[in-house]
Amino acid sequence: MKRSLLWKIEEAVMRGLMIGALVVVLGCLLLILSTVLWKGLPAMNLTMLIQAPQGGYYTGAEGGILNAILGSLYLAVGATLVAFLLGLPIALYLQVYAGHSRLVEAVRLSLDVLWGIPSIVYGAFGFSLMLFLGMRASLLGGIIALSLVELPIMCRAIEEVLKMVPFELTESAYALGATRWEVAWKVMVRQGLPGITSATLLAFGRGIGDAASVLFTAGYTDNLPTSLLRPAASLPLAVFFQLGTPFPAVQQRAYASALVLTAIVLIISVLSRLASERLSRYVVK
Amino acid sequence: MPRGKGSPPIVSRTGWRRLQDRLGGRVMAVMAAGAALLVLVMVAALLVRAWPILRCKPLGELLLGTSWHPLKGAFGFRPFIVGTLWVTALAMVIAVPLCTLCAICLAEYARPKVQRAAKPLIDLLAGIPSVVYGVWGMLTVVPLIREHVGPWADRHLGHVPFFSTAANPTGYGVLAGGIVLAVMVFPIIISVMEEVLCSVPDGLREATLALGVTRWIMVRKVVLRRALPGVIAAVVLGFSRAFGETMAVLMVVGNVPQAPRSIFDAAYPLTALIANNYGEMMSVPLYDAALMGAGLFLLLVVLGFNLLARLILRRATRRAM
Repeated sequence: MKRSLLWKIEEAVMRGLMIGALVVVLGCLLLILSTVLWKGLPAMNLTMLIQAPQGGYYTGAEGGILNAILGSLYLAVGATLVAFLLGLPIALYLQVYAGHSRLVEAVRLSLDVLWGIPSIVYGAFGFSLMLFLGMRASLLGGIIALSLVELPIMCRAIEEVLKMVPFELTESAYALGATRWEVAWKVMVRQGLPGITSATLLAFGRGIGDAASVLFTAGYTDNLPTSLLRPAASLPLAVFFQLGTPFPAVQQRAYASALVLTAIVLIISVLSRLASERLSRYVVK
Repeated sequence: MPRGKGSPPIVSRTGWRRLQDRLGGRVMAVMAAGAALLVLVMVAALLVRAWPILRCKPLGELLLGTSWHPLKGAFGFRPFIVGTLWVTALAMVIAVPLCTLCAICLAEYARPKVQRAAKPLIDLLAGIPSVVYGVWGMLTVVPLIREHVGPWADRHLGHVPFFSTAANPTGYGVLAGGIVLAVMVFPIIISVMEEVLCSVPDGLREATLALGVTRWIMVRKVVLRRALPGVIAAVVLGFSRAFGETMAVLMVVGNVPQAPRSIFDAAYPLTALIANNYGEMMSVPLYDAALMGAGLFLLLVVLGFNLLARLILRRATRRAM
């Protein structure tokens, strides 16, 4: 009797702790979003969004962060494109061609490990690659480093999606005489379309928020990005550099920039959910 | 499919499809192998860049030396390594209990509705850019420590080691870095742990509950024991993520190259060192090699931890099936 009472007390205490933990974790999310909104909204205005920095911007003069917004979009779109073109075939290969060979296990392990490598290391690697090729900090260099950051995210996410494709579907395709290539590109890709879309958007969201990898490779500039071989600004670095100035007015703009960045990430995340819902109409259930 | 017997095309349709299948497979295999080799290429590239300094300084002096004066040619990474370890360890102390409770709550207690609602929110937390975490840290965590936690600790814990605020009352320091990092690793630890807990077979749960114990006792005595390797792997993954995080930590940790003595002291993690000094590293001899060496060190540590965690996870989830 006594023991069961102890158990009941323990149960109640642990339940309380668990709910507390869940509240703390979700509360942190809420706190972060509300802090960014609270500080960013008052500093927000249209000029921020449609102008590049003018002379003396970092001491409080007129201007905006269009350079960083455009730079970030170019960087993330380019990197996502490269990562998609590399990641989709790799994921398809792992799911369709290779059964349970050593190579597959090695590739999976390697992708898992790559997924855990800090982005500053990708930045350092990209930087040494660029020195080797004789390139300087440029949009192209940033795209290369960022695509390496995104590649493992993309591969693993797409592979998870492809795993969900019903076994019967691929089996019937094989029974009709389809080759593995056709199963991969005509069955798997179509059936996985909603998931592949949301995986791509997920990788895009990660890419646009990454700062450490583009720090060395894409550099920073106040000009709008015009060429692949010129440096490009990016939003995370814009936040970082503006916060680093001693002028409150410029720091206000950093909060607004953080708000823009967060808004983009949130929109991408909502879009990815919408896309996977909308597109799943075209899928065999 | 009717196929004429006379004068077949040079490559028949079936032949073309077979060729496409083979060739395509080859190309994809090469790409996959390339991804597998990328890790090695990264290690090799950083090793090449760091070679000048590895050649002329003994490894012990680099890793354990306390003096960091690039202009005088002294490159001791110890303050930075110690700083990284402090911040990461503190983050894990905060994150592990919270995440374990959270994962158990989601995997064992929550109704499917709550489970489904919590997942996108945790994914959202994972998707927030690290710079935004840094901004949050500077706006919320640092003032909180400066105005409330620090003075409180000063009054009540002033003489306890590791809790002295005397050296640094600004709020920027190990504690702020640890809190921000802990929040950043919440999503990864929770999602991996939840997955691990869910892979414990339901039969075990039912058998245990049938013996008449409460749910928590079932979790503690059966589920957690069964899932222990996976839980450890989740913690290791979180640790290695925290170990390599750069921008957010850089913004709140104070960046003073010293080995911290208290959680309120400023620190200077390895990642912040690399990010802060990339600009001038090409103009001082051996400086770039030293920073790339720091990158290599980070890469190797994270690589080791990740390999360990993934191998444990692989075993843990395989056995469960």
